[in-house]
Amino acid sequence: MESLQLLIDGFAAALTPVNLLYALVGVTLGTLVGVLPGIGPAMTVALLLPITFTVPSTSAFIMFAGIYYGGMYGGSTTSILLNTPGESSSMITALEGNKMARRGRAAQALATAAIGSFVAGTLATGLLVVAAPAVVAFAISFGPEDYFALAILAFTAVSSVLSRSIVRGLASLGLGLTIGLVGIDQQTGQARLTLGIPQLLDGIDVVIVAVGLFALGEALYVASRLRHATPEVVPVGRAWMGRADWRRSWRPWLRGTALGFPFGALPGGGAEIPTFLSYAAEKRLARGVAKEEYGNGAIEGVAGPEAANNASAAGTLVPLLTLGLPTSATAAILLAAFQQYGLQPGPQLFDHNPALVWGMIASLFIGNTMLLVLNLPLAPLWARVLRIPRPYLYAGIVLFAALGVYALNGTIVDLFVLFVLGLLGYAMRRFGLPVAPAVIGMILGPMAEIQLRRALAIGAGDVTVLVRSPIAAVLLVLAALALLTPLFRKLMAKRRSVTPVG
Amino acid sequence: MRLRIFAALAALSLGALTACGGQSGTSASGTLRIMAPASPGGGWDQTSRTAEQAFKSAAPDRKVEVFNVPGAGGTIGLAQLAGEKGNGNLLMTMGLVMVGAIEQNKSKVTLADTTPIAKLTEEYEIVVVPAESPYKTLADLTAAWKANPAKVSIAGGSAGGTDHIVAGLMAKAAGVDPKQVNYIAHSGGGEALNALLGNKVSAGISGVGEFAEHVKSGKLRGIGVTSGERLEGLDVPTLKEGGLDVELANWRGFVAPGGLSDADKKTLTDLVTKMHDSQAWKDAVAKNGWIDSFQTGQQFADYLTSEQTRVKGIIAEMGLVS
Repeated sequence: MESLQLLIDGFAAALTPVNLLYALVGVTLGTLVGVLPGIGPAMTVALLLPITFTVPSTSAFIMFAGIYYGGMYGGSTTSILLNTPGESSSMITALEGNKMARRGRAAQALATAAIGSFVAGTLATGLLVVAAPAVVAFAISFGPEDYFALAILAFTAVSSVLSRSIVRGLASLGLGLTIGLVGIDQQTGQARLTLGIPQLLDGIDVVIVAVGLFALGEALYVASRLRHATPEVVPVGRAWMGRADWRRSWRPWLRGTALGFPFGALPGGGAEIPTFLSYAAEKRLARGVAKEEYGNGAIEGVAGPEAANNASAAGTLVPLLTLGLPTSATAAILLAAFQQYGLQPGPQLFDHNPALVWGMIASLFIGNTMLLVLNLPLAPLWARVLRIPRPYLYAGIVLFAALGVYALNGTIVDLFVLFVLGLLGYAMRRFGLPVAPAVIGMILGPMAEIQLRRALAIGAGDVTVLVRSPIAAVLLVLAALALLTPLFRKLMAKRRSVTPVG
Repeated sequence: MRLRIFAALAALSLGALTACGGQSGTSASGTLRIMAPASPGGGWDQTSRTAEQAFKSAAPDRKVEVFNVPGAGGTIGLAQLAGEKGNGNLLMTMGLVMVGAIEQNKSKVTLADTTPIAKLTEEYEIVVVPAESPYKTLADLTAAWKANPAKVSIAGGSAGGTDHIVAGLMAKAAGVDPKQVNYIAHSGGGEALNALLGNKVSAGISGVGEFAEHVKSGKLRGIGVTSGERLEGLDVPTLKEGGLDVELANWRGFVAPGGLSDADKKTLTDLVTKMHDSQAWKDAVAKNGWIDSFQTGQQFADYLTSEQTRVKGIIAEMGLVS
């Protein structure tokens, strides 16, 4: 097999002591920026682009790959320990991960996230080697109507599993949708809900919303209760994953990979949607202990989304390498890095520059392994963060949240927005509204809107374009099933209980 | 500079590895700061950072640093620049897109509040159709457009950006009401490219560099470029050859804050001229496929005024200003 030989050559080029050092620097930096809210891998790679003038291509890509995967992983650490996602794609991890941490299973949650990230990253990189052309054909065939259907499916899948009370879930979702409207409307260029503040013209960054509602809201809520309740002592618990944890994790890892990889390859997919879908799927599939634990810290709810998150990072590289089509901010900057080395990514990249492409793919494997080596031993250590007395811990969170958000655009307006959202997050907790649907609405809402309008514009106003594509039709049927199955089941249960009487 | 702490951290950890040497050195005139009024990675950022390298080779005794002020088509950065009145150590990278954004966002600060320094580069735009498209030439597309503007969907970058302006100018030249253009805005050339490769839209407009590879490989058909003459190495006719009298360059250049003394203005212009004449800049221009279109002084100021009039007109005709 030719590509296997090329991959081995890639490894030969990549595996030198200096390159391993670059990989180490990359994953360390990546993990750091992942932990800090607001600073993401895209920005980090962009700032490091100038090194492409002095460093050979393989070394640079090894480091960039390390940063990319490291960032994806690092975000989960704070999600799990502090209910403070560093990136929007690790938001879902906080739902079950933080509950696990509070029950003294922080180390297990961190370990399943680290191993899941490794498994998913490695498998997805493998898929990149063998399946790139097929996946890219699928990704290209996705039109606006299909994206719209996908957003609808994500909405229904998530909203049906996220909240115990439908009204509260919908209220939170509505808040998120409204926040998503702020800024210039992409299709017409008109400003919406910007209150005349120019800094709001580009909309509110999803990171600010996630950090404000989750981190700041959480800190304020904890602060408001400090005097009322005796501080709950969080047990640090056992250090490693037990046999049961392994048994419960491996299937979610694989399912998360299967969801994350193709979605990463979709130009409009992003890393968030597969994490939502993975969470929803694991919750649906949960049986026995898992079913009881779901909502209270089920390991499946960490393993699946984390795998999906990392697999989507590898998926992103499919359109980048085969078409020169960047589908995420980080990919766009990797594209710029390619250009620095004087090559035009595009259909012929694999043929014209095999050494670079395969060196990069090999470096992904190396970066991924390095990440596991770095993070797994650290999991029990990280878990000890929870021993820090709460006033200090949450003061630190507020500081880092503000720092990260300020670093995003360097504007004071973002800090004001952050604090307003923090107060909103506090109020939502106080009155029992779940915060996750708000962030989901803010991510999915604009996507659903823009794709719907694009589809209708291309179809010159004909509504049937929305269902004429087979992909869209299938996705919409799935969405209808997700919505109707619980109702149907309830109806059946009622009838069954009624029949004997009647 | 945003992320200074982080950048310092990154630089620290890399310093040991790259061994590219420390950059120190003080100068009587202080650090020259270049503002890229956009996020890292975009066109203005790339121009700024390329210029930074060229400045360093052309004037090694002068310290140069790039910082980003992203947001609202560059108008956030523009407002910040206006607040630095009289500062002779500050340049802002800008271009055609900013001219449009000022109109569209009804920015209070305009280019009248700045001191034009130099135009640096130009990039032309290209109009393409999917390989499977029934339109073989620009004339085919124009005919269909005239018959039913709503049926011809045109993909490109953000609403009111360069691609959209080209679509508006083409419509006007073809005798189609610019308001009727069925423009499908995307967040960038990459996303628009996807719509074209998937044959979801009738046509697409973007920078030549963005689509050239795909035109050469036959996945897209180039039916017109916005330059005056055909471009070297790309077998695509100009819009004029195809019957639409449209010529447009997506240009980029430097402006400085307003209220600059003549001496400061001369120093900056000389420094930028020196940068432009350096080999490092010439190499970078060639590598990035830019077209060198260096202009300074009154020439550039006049060019800026004429571009403002043109963009303002077409944006109003397209109904993009409420």
